[in-house]
Amino acid sequence: MTLLETKHLTREFGGVIAVNDVDFIVTEGLVTGLIGPNGAGKTTLFNQITGVDKPTSGSIFFDGKEITGLPAWKISRMGIARTFQNIRLYRELTAVENVMMGLHFKVGESPFHNRFQQAIKSYIFASRENREVYSKAMEWLRFFDIDQSAQEFARNLPYGTQRELEIARALAAGPKLLFLDEPAAGMNPAETEHLMHVVDKIRSLGVTVVLIEHDMKLVMNICDQITVLNFGMKIADGTPNEIKKDKAVIEAYLGREEE
Amino acid sequence: MLNFFQLILIYSGVYAMMAIGQNCITGYTGMLSLCHAGFFCIGSYATAIMCKTMGLSFWLSLPVAAIAAGIIGFLIGVPTLRLKGDYLCIATLGLGEIIRNVATNINPVGYNSIPRVTLFGYQFASRNKLAFIVLIWVFVLIFYLLFQRLAHSRIGRAMTAVREDEVAAASNGINVTAYKIISFVLGAAVGGVAGCFQTAYTLTVQPASYTFMVSVMVLCTVVLGGMGNGKAVILGAFIIQFISYFPQLTGLTNVIPAQAKQIIFGLILVVMMIWRPQGLLGRDKFRYGDPRTFSERVSDTFRRKGKGGAV
Repeated sequence: MTLLETKHLTREFGGVIAVNDVDFIVTEGLVTGLIGPNGAGKTTLFNQITGVDKPTSGSIFFDGKEITGLPAWKISRMGIARTFQNIRLYRELTAVENVMMGLHFKVGESPFHNRFQQAIKSYIFASRENREVYSKAMEWLRFFDIDQSAQEFARNLPYGTQRELEIARALAAGPKLLFLDEPAAGMNPAETEHLMHVVDKIRSLGVTVVLIEHDMKLVMNICDQITVLNFGMKIADGTPNEIKKDKAVIEAYLGREEE
Repeated sequence: MLNFFQLILIYSGVYAMMAIGQNCITGYTGMLSLCHAGFFCIGSYATAIMCKTMGLSFWLSLPVAAIAAGIIGFLIGVPTLRLKGDYLCIATLGLGEIIRNVATNINPVGYNSIPRVTLFGYQFASRNKLAFIVLIWVFVLIFYLLFQRLAHSRIGRAMTAVREDEVAAASNGINVTAYKIISFVLGAAVGGVAGCFQTAYTLTVQPASYTFMVSVMVLCTVVLGGMGNGKAVILGAFIIQFISYFPQLTGLTNVIPAQAKQIIFGLILVVMMIWRPQGLLGRDKFRYGDPRTFSERVSDTFRRKGKGGAV
C-alpha cells in the first residue's frame, strides 16, 4: 500500500532546478532507499516532503491526505519524522532531554481539551508531566542501548551515538514514516554495521523507513526499494537487483561506456 | 544613605520584574528584543490614566496593564518574530520608540499627582519606602515563581527547543511561531506590570523616562545575571541598580558624574561578553530530565550543602 506519494514535485532555486518533476512513491512497511550523486536533489526532496521547504509546484500525498506546503510542525504531527544530514540535536541539552523534546505532542495533549485548557493543565501539573515524559524518553534510550549516556550533553556524545540519539528523538514522536538523511555519513565500518541493526529495529516497530545514503553496501543490504535521482530527475526505481543492472544508473555513477 | 539603599531596593524590584519578562523572551526562547521600555511605558500609563483620569483602583490597573502590554506585545510580535537575531533586535528597538513617541504625542507633559495606592485602608506614601519594598518584592516573588514554573513546564521545554534549534523544533512537532508569540506576550505583560509599580511609587509619569536606555538596562540586567536563570536576573537587577545609585549612596555625586553609569554599563557588557558570556550565575541548573520529586530535590540540595561541595 502506498504510504507517501509525490506527484510532479518540482523545486526551483532561481535558475537551478533542484528537484524536477519527481514522482516518488513509498510503500508501507518497506525500507526505501533514495540514492544519487552529490547535488542530485535528494535532501531537497526530503525537505519538501517534511515541510522544511515548500515546493515550487507539484503535490505530496501522505496516507491519502494532501500535505503539500503544510508547515513542518503539522506534517510532523501527521506522522512523518526525520533526521538531518548534519546532525541537528539540541546541543546544550542532555541526551534524555533531546528525546523529551521529541515527545512534545505525545504527552500533554489530549483530544478532549482545547489548546488553552491543555496549556493550563500542563502548567499546573508540570512536574508530574515532566516525570512522565522523562520515563518515556528513557525507554527510547534503552531501546537503542544508549541510556548510559542519558545525562550527558548531546554535544559531548560520540558521533555514532549522536546519530542514534537523533533517530531516537525522531521515533519518540511515534511516526508512521521516518526519513533518515545520510545516517551512515562519517561512520566507520563497525558503526555502519551497527546502523543496519538499528534500521532493523526501527522496521520491527512497524515504521516505514526512507533513507538517503551513499554507502552502497548498506543501501543494497537493507533497502527493499530504491529510487535513483540525478540532476533533480528520477532516473530509475526498483529493487536493489534491478537498480544494480540499470543502464541509466550505471551511467550516472560511472559515466557512459565508450563504444 | 539608608534612604538610598531603600531606593535601590525599590527600583531593583521594578527592574527585576522587567528582567523576568525580558528573560522569558531572551533567556528562554532566545529572541533578542529591545522594546521592554515600551511595555514598561504602557503599564505606567495604564495606571496613570486609570487612577487619575478614571479614578479607578490601582489594583484594577494591574491586570489591565498586563493585558494591554500583552496585546501590544502580540501586535509587535506577529510581524517581527519571523526575523532573527540582529534584525529582530532592530525592529523591536524601533517599535519600542514608537510606543514612547505615541505617548509623547498624546500628552507631552505626562501625568502628575496620581492618587496613592491603598490596600485595606493603608495608604502607601512615597516617604514610607519600607512599605513599597515589601509591596514590590512580594510581586517580584510571585512572578519569579510563576515564570520558574513556566520554564519547567511543557511550554518552557518547547521554548527551550525553539531557542536551541528552530528547524529541529519544528520537525519535533513544535509550533515555533506560536511559542515565540506566547513567550513574547508573557514577557511583555510582566513588563507592563512593572510599569504600574513604577507609577505607584513616583506618582508621576513622563514620556521622557521610557527611552531606549531603559530597554538596554533591562537587557544588561539579564545578560549580567545569566540568561535563562530566574534567580540570576534578580541578582542582576540589584547590581545594576546599585551601580546606578552608587554616587548617591556614597555621597559622591559631586565627584562622579551621572553619565558615568552608562560607561560602567558598557564596560560590564564588554567584560561579561569576553570572560563570562553565560552571566554571573549561568543558565539555570535545572534539568528537565530530573526524575526526582520536589521533596527529594530539596533534601538533595541540603545534603550537598552539608558536604560543602558544589555539584
